[in-house]
Amino acid sequence: MIEIKDLHKSYKMGSNSLHVLKGINFSVEEGELVAIMGSSGSGKSTLLNILGMLDELDEGSYVLDGVPIKNLNETKAANYRNKFLGFVFQSFNLINYKSAMENVALPLYYQKVGRKERQEKALKYLEQVGLKEWATHLPNELSGGQKQRVAIARAMAAEPKVLLADEPTGALDSKTSYEVMDLIQKINDQGNTILIVTHEPDIADMCKRIVHLKDGVIIEDKKVEQVRAAQYV
Amino acid sequence: MKFLFDSNTWQEIFGSISKNKTRTIITVIGVLWGIFIYIALSGAAKGLDNGFDKAFKTVAMNSMFVWAQSTSMPNAGFKTGRPMQLKLGDVEVLENRIPEIQYIAPRITQGEFGSEPVYTVRGQKSGSYVLNGDFPIYTKISTKKIFDGGRFINQEDMDQARKVIVIGERVQQELFKKEEDPVGAYIRVGNVYFQVIGVHKLAEGVSFDSDSAMFIPFSTYRKLYNSGDNVGYLCIAAYDDADVVQVEKDIKAILKSTHRVNPKDERAFGSFNLGERFGEIMGFADGLTFMSLVVGIATILAGVIGIGNILLISVKERTKELGVRRALGATPSEVRNQIILESVFLTTIAGVIGIILGAGFLSLLNTFTEGGDFPYANPTVPIPYILGALAIMVILGTLIGLIPAQRAVSIRPIDALREE
Repeated sequence: MIEIKDLHKSYKMGSNSLHVLKGINFSVEEGELVAIMGSSGSGKSTLLNILGMLDELDEGSYVLDGVPIKNLNETKAANYRNKFLGFVFQSFNLINYKSAMENVALPLYYQKVGRKERQEKALKYLEQVGLKEWATHLPNELSGGQKQRVAIARAMAAEPKVLLADEPTGALDSKTSYEVMDLIQKINDQGNTILIVTHEPDIADMCKRIVHLKDGVIIEDKKVEQVRAAQYV
Repeated sequence: MKFLFDSNTWQEIFGSISKNKTRTIITVIGVLWGIFIYIALSGAAKGLDNGFDKAFKTVAMNSMFVWAQSTSMPNAGFKTGRPMQLKLGDVEVLENRIPEIQYIAPRITQGEFGSEPVYTVRGQKSGSYVLNGDFPIYTKISTKKIFDGGRFINQEDMDQARKVIVIGERVQQELFKKEEDPVGAYIRVGNVYFQVIGVHKLAEGVSFDSDSAMFIPFSTYRKLYNSGDNVGYLCIAAYDDADVVQVEKDIKAILKSTHRVNPKDERAFGSFNLGERFGEIMGFADGLTFMSLVVGIATILAGVIGIGNILLISVKERTKELGVRRALGATPSEVRNQIILESVFLTTIAGVIGIILGAGFLSLLNTFTEGGDFPYANPTVPIPYILGALAIMVILGTLIGLIPAQRAVSIRPIDALREE
């Protein structure tokens, strides 16, 4: 599903250049649930941004579902993001003047799906995350966990190849975190490929594979026994 | 352009606009005010313009008066200060030599310019009024409104030198009782009885004559006063397309040469060029219309810039939202189109409301000014002006929307999503 070879990325800070990613080799199969771990400054968010086509790589290659991702203009990147990727952010990033359902339907709008179908699909995914009754509520009427579940429903609504989650539990307490992880595990059980950036070991343990980043290189890449979140809920 | 006709686009725009109510309202008020001022001002100016038009419609716009004074220079053996006298013969000469002249009405008058008004009696009542000896053609230059049942002097009156008279409204009020019909009655003017053939109504707006003036045939006047070929002054109307200032100069030049006056003598003949004055007044009205147009458009401009300003701020406010949209697959052009369309949509809505309010204001203005003395009528704005203003607004709305739209696109989604 994801093939990364010898990936380099550096940022220019004035006259200095900050080498963030120093040759990453990494691949993800379909249906995997991967945690990318590392302390702050290890390059894990940069890696996720490149995977999410929000940032460009300097060197190396990135192939997503057989499509080489290289030298994309903004329009093409937007189309690929829409087709291939679903995003879940730490701060949810719901549009605050749109109801839960409208938020979930938004990626479908950019896929040029008709209004009726959009709403049906949005309701279907809201039901999957257990928030069907909250469909007409605005984000500020929802709790943090509910907001993140809406965000997950939104990411799933476009039926992406890969779900990218950047610290999805970073702004949540442990109980809510486990609820969200439970949901993510269930989505993974249906065969969806998911990448999670996190620095919390207990969240990482709930994935099937942990990739450890330090100073821009992968120092550890291991399969783990998945801890089911359901037991903590 | 397909996105313009996509109902989804509009649902998205409408959603974004209706969910940000304060911003929308403030934005709308800016442009609304602009177009309102534009409509109100140009309508009001047009009303003044119409008012002047209405006031002047009773007189020929290209008309002037010429009278004789006395010379200020010696010429051809005559001394300075020789009194001048216009004669009927001058009329013929002027008509023959100046093709721009449409009508000449010579008039001789008693009771104006320092001479004694004429003592007029009917039964127990009397008064002193201005008496004019006129040609029927005079009505071509200054329309006379005659009350029902009456008429102005005609050619037969002239030919037979009839003792008939047209009196003014005030003369009627002073000499007749209210229920009396003056037409057909006799009044004594000086020592001679005249039969009243009409009562002229004071014209609305501009008039050469007061409501206490009386008119008799020129031929009758000259018999009565033994004035021969003498003429008091000439009322002259030039054709509409003639240059009145030039015509005035030509007339004076010819009069000077026929009366053997030094061509440089400015005092021998006096004149008042109404056409020139009208031109100035109409020019003033035109200037006012132009001014109001400029002010109105400037106000619209200010309003549209306000929209751009607020959208620019709102783009900054919505950086995150736009970043999310980009991450979810919105292309830069979709984001750009959305911001521009929001701008255009707001501008148009505001414009339409402003036009409606402006029209309401003008109709109010119309009711208040109706029937007043002030020269004011029918304040309107021509449809092309309104459509033009709308078009300007849509174009400006698009252009001004480009700035925030470009800004929205230039923010990279990764920066937009980064934690603050």
